[in-house]
Amino acid sequence: MGAIYVLWLRELKRYVRSRAQIVASLGQPLLYLLALGYGLSPVFRRSGEGNYLEFIAPGVIAMTVLFSSLFSGIQLIWDRQFGFLKETLVAPVPRLHIMIGRTCGAATTAMIQGLLVALVAVLAGFRPASYGGVPLAFGFLALIAVVFTALGTTVGSTLRDMQGFQMVMNFLVLPIFFLSGALYPLAHLPIALTVLTRVDPLTYGVDGLRGALIARGHFSALIDLVVMALLAVALTAVGAWRFARIEI
Amino acid sequence: MIDVQNLTRKFGEFVAVHDISFTVERGEIFAFLGPNGAGKTTTIKILTTLLPPTSGTVRIDGLDPTRDSTAVRARIGIVFQDPSLDQNLSAWENLDLHGALYHVPRKLRRERAQVLLELFGLWERREELVKQYSGGMMRRLEIARGLLHTPRILFLDEPTLGLDPQSRNQLWTHVKRLNQEEGVTVFLTTHYMDEADRVAGRIAVIDHGRIVSLGTSAELKTSTGSATLEEAFLALTGTEIREESAGSADQMRRAARAWRGR
Repeated sequence: MGAIYVLWLRELKRYVRSRAQIVASLGQPLLYLLALGYGLSPVFRRSGEGNYLEFIAPGVIAMTVLFSSLFSGIQLIWDRQFGFLKETLVAPVPRLHIMIGRTCGAATTAMIQGLLVALVAVLAGFRPASYGGVPLAFGFLALIAVVFTALGTTVGSTLRDMQGFQMVMNFLVLPIFFLSGALYPLAHLPIALTVLTRVDPLTYGVDGLRGALIARGHFSALIDLVVMALLAVALTAVGAWRFARIEI
Repeated sequence: MIDVQNLTRKFGEFVAVHDISFTVERGEIFAFLGPNGAGKTTTIKILTTLLPPTSGTVRIDGLDPTRDSTAVRARIGIVFQDPSLDQNLSAWENLDLHGALYHVPRKLRRERAQVLLELFGLWERREELVKQYSGGMMRRLEIARGLLHTPRILFLDEPTLGLDPQSRNQLWTHVKRLNQEEGVTVFLTTHYMDEADRVAGRIAVIDHGRIVSLGTSAELKTSTGSATLEEAFLALTGTEIREESAGSADQMRRAARAWRGR
């Protein structure tokens, strides 16, 4: 247990120390939130869907957590290249504990990052429909963070260097985001997009978040919760399996 | 303490370690010498549970590194050839994290961290992030870290690479003291023959994955008719220069260095 805690603490310390990076990684969500949120609001309202800023805020929060947690998972590659991974792998600690410690740490920092964006959304005028949904929203944030940290760990354990990184970005991270319904409603989509959105894990995270915060979920909260929880368990298991097979 | 019988490790077609056998007694200082790419680091990786052998048996304090890896890891300390510090933590935090991973009680690990940081001249700068350290300071910190949990066997893979004579002297003096006072078994590799000559009880010379000679420094010199260990080494392994291809890790590290230097 001690190992899980110290590795969690390490991720947090590294996060707090990378202030420039924190600010830089807030830039993109803010553009989505403010430029798209305000920019598309008139069109969105005219089509009878209500306030777009309100609609997109849960999506942008989820996006922030997605990016942050996937990249922290992939940080594994850096730790391997700079050698620190080796230090943890020769310690008398089961690899599973090391993987769990890293995942908890990365998921925690991703949640903090998501909360920062939530704070900006509130400053921009976003208000939850009822404050009773906020704890459930926290739950969904945590699930999104765990699911994608585990996915990042899986990718990071498989790639040997950063050369594959651009590919991961273009063929994994961006599709997960754009096909998740973070930016548009899930109803009345063309058939192809309907299918793609339904197989995207982030869809259920965003939908759960949206349901909890502004009571506009497409699926029921229970479906979102069950899908995300199952994914969290499954991907953590896959991540742990890949992590156990790393050879230095 | 270390018992290796008919150990072979292949990477695809390439045989990195070819049927080697040797034993290291409890409390011995054993040096493993060989040109670049001879199989030293592969052997150390197998002994320290990082790599499974292709065939042969290995026992560390009677335990199998493949099956009882956690128990083996609790008994050994390693100073790696390449850096393995967290550069975004301070020296103190690196030691503290290491102590926690090796289950050293908090109070004890603080005391030992202080003793080691003072010994290696890093105490004044313990709060600084490691990325601000010079190469030599990082090296010293890695060595301090490897000693923190008082291992029964200490593996030193080219520990003095990039160290000034003062630090090298400090390191070997400390290693010898650990060996004499606490009975720590030491397994080391180095390219500096004078170091091996000075500290090691027995020396194995490995080349192309095979042990070509094993004995005390005096025995190696006599058997090759050489005046110094360096001459004996060259007589055993030839004078041809070995090329080692840079792995992806090296390429990456170089790129990272270039990128940070921008």
